Amino acid sequence: MTGLSYLELLRLTAPEIIVALAGFLLLVLDLTFLRQAALAIRFRTAMVAACIACVLALVLLESGSAQGTLPAGMLVVNSLTQLVQMALLALAIFVLLWVDGARFTTHVGEYCALILFATTAMMLLVSTQNLLVIFITIEFLSLSLYILTGFDKDSPQSAEAALKYFLFGGMSAGILLFGMSLLYGISGSIALQPIAVAVNASPGDPLLTLAMVMVLVGFGFKIAAAPFHMWAPEVYQGAPTGSAALVASSSKVASFFALFLVFYLGLMGAAGSAAWGHYSAGWVPLIAILAALSMLWGNLAAIAQTSVRRVLAYSAIGHAGYMLIALVAHSRESLTALVYYVFTYALATVGAFGVLAALEGEKVDSIADFAGLGKRAPGLSFCLLIFLLSLAGIPPLAGFAGKFYVFVAALEIPNHFGLLWLVLLALVMSVVSFYYYLQILKQAYVSEPKPAAAAISVPVTTRIALWTTAALVVILGCLPDMLLNRISAAVTSAFQ
Amino acid sequence: MLAWTIYLSFLGAVAVTLTPAKSPAVARVTALLTALAGLGIAIVAIMHADQSGQVITIVRTPWISHLGIEYHLAADGISLILVLLTGIAAVAGILFSWNVERRVKDFFALYLVLIGAVYGVFLSFDLFLLFVFYEIVMIPKYFLIAIWGSTGREYAAMKLVLYSFAGSALVLAGIIAAYCVAGQRSVSFEVLARFPFPVHFQMWAFPMVFVGFAVLAGMWPFHTWAPTGHAAAPTAASMLLAGVVMKLGAYGCLRVAMMLFPRGLDPWGFRVLGFGSWQQVFAVLALIGIIYGATIALVQKDLKFVVGYSSVSHMGFVLLGLMTLNQIGLSGAVYQMFSHGIIAGLLFAVVGRMVYDRTHTRDLHELSRIPLGRLIPFAAVTFVLASMASIGLPGFSGFVAELQVLIGSWRSFPWMACIAGVGILIGIAFTWRALQATFLGEADTAASPQQAMPPITLPERLGACLLLASTIVLGLYPRFLMDLILPSLNSPLFEQLRRGAWR
Repeated sequence: MTGLSYLELLRLTAPEIIVALAGFLLLVLDLTFLRQAALAIRFRTAMVAACIACVLALVLLESGSAQGTLPAGMLVVNSLTQLVQMALLALAIFVLLWVDGARFTTHVGEYCALILFATTAMMLLVSTQNLLVIFITIEFLSLSLYILTGFDKDSPQSAEAALKYFLFGGMSAGILLFGMSLLYGISGSIALQPIAVAVNASPGDPLLTLAMVMVLVGFGFKIAAAPFHMWAPEVYQGAPTGSAALVASSSKVASFFALFLVFYLGLMGAAGSAAWGHYSAGWVPLIAILAALSMLWGNLAAIAQTSVRRVLAYSAIGHAGYMLIALVAHSRESLTALVYYVFTYALATVGAFGVLAALEGEKVDSIADFAGLGKRAPGLSFCLLIFLLSLAGIPPLAGFAGKFYVFVAALEIPNHFGLLWLVLLALVMSVVSFYYYLQILKQAYVSEPKPAAAAISVPVTTRIALWTTAALVVILGCLPDMLLNRISAAVTSAFQ
Repeated sequence: MLAWTIYLSFLGAVAVTLTPAKSPAVARVTALLTALAGLGIAIVAIMHADQSGQVITIVRTPWISHLGIEYHLAADGISLILVLLTGIAAVAGILFSWNVERRVKDFFALYLVLIGAVYGVFLSFDLFLLFVFYEIVMIPKYFLIAIWGSTGREYAAMKLVLYSFAGSALVLAGIIAAYCVAGQRSVSFEVLARFPFPVHFQMWAFPMVFVGFAVLAGMWPFHTWAPTGHAAAPTAASMLLAGVVMKLGAYGCLRVAMMLFPRGLDPWGFRVLGFGSWQQVFAVLALIGIIYGATIALVQKDLKFVVGYSSVSHMGFVLLGLMTLNQIGLSGAVYQMFSHGIIAGLLFAVVGRMVYDRTHTRDLHELSRIPLGRLIPFAAVTFVLASMASIGLPGFSGFVAELQVLIGSWRSFPWMACIAGVGILIGIAFTWRALQATFLGEADTAASPQQAMPPITLPERLGACLLLASTIVLGLYPRFLMDLILPSLNSPLFEQLRRGAWR
């Protein structure tokens, strides 16, 4: 561990530093100057400040800030990680923009600061190839998210969700750490590259199998793949909308990316195969099982839900299954597909939660509460239509392009059509998912509003965020090239 | 210019939503003008079409270059006549929904989106693009039925949409598989139609894609969405549903499944339950559809269900024609697509708009007690003519189509032609029964007081005349379409099909 240049560290982490500093600044600002101000002003100031910080970091990344590597893979910054970081920042901005309408807390500074801290953690998580840093950033992220989940102190549901999230999270963090320690024991290193060498040397090591299973359990919790998904419905339902959106979107992006890197870079030697009739032991068949379970359980359980948020939670489990297919394929092509899918998925999910945030004053929870939304808030429900149809994978929206590409990547791997069974299962399950998304839209457009229901007013910033998100979903669906080419170039340059 | 049929319909949908809420007439007129413009473009394109079977490329530009997908719109004779059918059905549908009063703007906007997407399917020459339009069709279809429908509308709409989405999932699997097997980084028809897919791949890809599309074409036993969907849908939607949306399925069967995977129709080399190839399997399913649909229609009490099941029966002829795999059978199938589109539209218009909106019942028994023939003579005349067309009397388009299918199937499977002939006879029976009950029955004038009925309006007359004229013109002068169909079937795109199983 010699030769760590602190100057280099500062240069590489400049965007993260901006975001983290803004978080501290917000805390100070809110506790000193704004202490006596009205709640609305405090919210607005915090929102503006946090957004400015994110935009600054975004501009810095876009203008091509420093790229490079620190020793032992502690920090690996390349155009791919920067792209993912930009997506994370954009999602954070969308979430922050609805803060204006939120009234569930008086701890404005803390709330916004925690969103920024979580974003910082995720940005670090995607730009490292070192097990220790991965673990620390995951813990940093999780701690921020636990607090954000329980932030609505008046709501017992919020507290329950946070506790559940924390207990499950703590346990799986322990398992993850155990798995990582085993990997260290096998290879004598915590960086992914040396681990890959050691794994290549002895892929059949039983200890390695144990390590892989444990790491997978740890990550399976983060990405809410069945059977490690139990916390998700609670958190989606109980947490304040902004926190839930963060858990559902950007934390997914970061975790999936990190998961792919760990297995693709570190454990490639023990991949095995899940191809039909060509099964061989390794982590790929494990992930294939997780994928199949998630698709089945997530989509089937979603049918039975009456709360919209729980529907979104179970559908998220199903989507985790689709995305795991990209991991099963484990090729560069499938990484491109995964990144595209997870971006567009996060976008649509953030949008759907944005609609829920806009309806927060209405106490909307069950699907039946959406009755007549099309009349009461035409713009809002049109956005909801776009987001849900994109999640269902209806062309020409972004979700369809992502799905198509993931499936193509899965079938394109050399062992021809071995993964057809997973793709067919995914397609069948997407029919199921269409049903429950349509149930929500049916309420919004077909059912008549309740007699007393009035029109709904939505804060301007929320409206801007929603329309931008909806436009992005449409544009990325109609012109996927804009993003795909960029991701593909970044993937190529990152793994040459 | 043909591409503007798509763009105009979508723009028209936007324009309709922007019309003032207070004056529904503006929305109606806008929608009508848009549909007329689409029809006009289609007619002009057909007039200018050369009859060499060439594919006319309209637009071709890279779209998703990363995956080699192109935005490729083109047309050959088959596409052209289906575009014409869409144009006619669109105009007629708007004329027959002139009396929609609830959420008028939404209705016509969704209607135009549906029309635009249908045009898109018929004009796409890239598999991906075709699929995109094919899926877009579903969303407006759902809302049109669920919001403006009648009996059991929410159930019927959901059933219809889930059936078609399940079908399209199969199609999508086939598309992705074809893309990966060909490895050409392209899903353009021109590339894939020439690519020699391995036979064992075609053997499973063909039935998958064929069934995927045939769900929407109402193939037995996946037809059950059709009668409920048709019965629940508002008049214009059921006209479109039977008129063009079912044709999307049949078109997909021909254009995608049969054109790309023709070797899937080859004999298996072994027999299961007496079947030796997918050709025989699907031909028998089509035959069952013909007989089953007609028999069920014979015992229905609801007039709309009668027409709905008759659609299943008539679409069976399309599928049977496709499975004959000879030129006359295939051209008959395409002709039947057009012919049934017009006739089904006409029947639904009479049943849904002229009769139901005035009597508020579709029950055959109740209808038989109302002297409809005297109250709305125009509807009676229209329905009689439509029935004649439907049972395939010479002089109407249905005759030309079904005759060709029968000749074709006589050449391939003689016994099937006999059974299909029986199907036509049952068709005559159920049509006659419906006709008897609604218009020709001896109404018990003493029991039912003479209700005054609103007279048939001008839009209805125009729409009925448009459809009637189409079916009669095509019955008397079939060359008009045949000159477009035959060269297209002989074009290089279908070469593999001709070389393979063609007899």
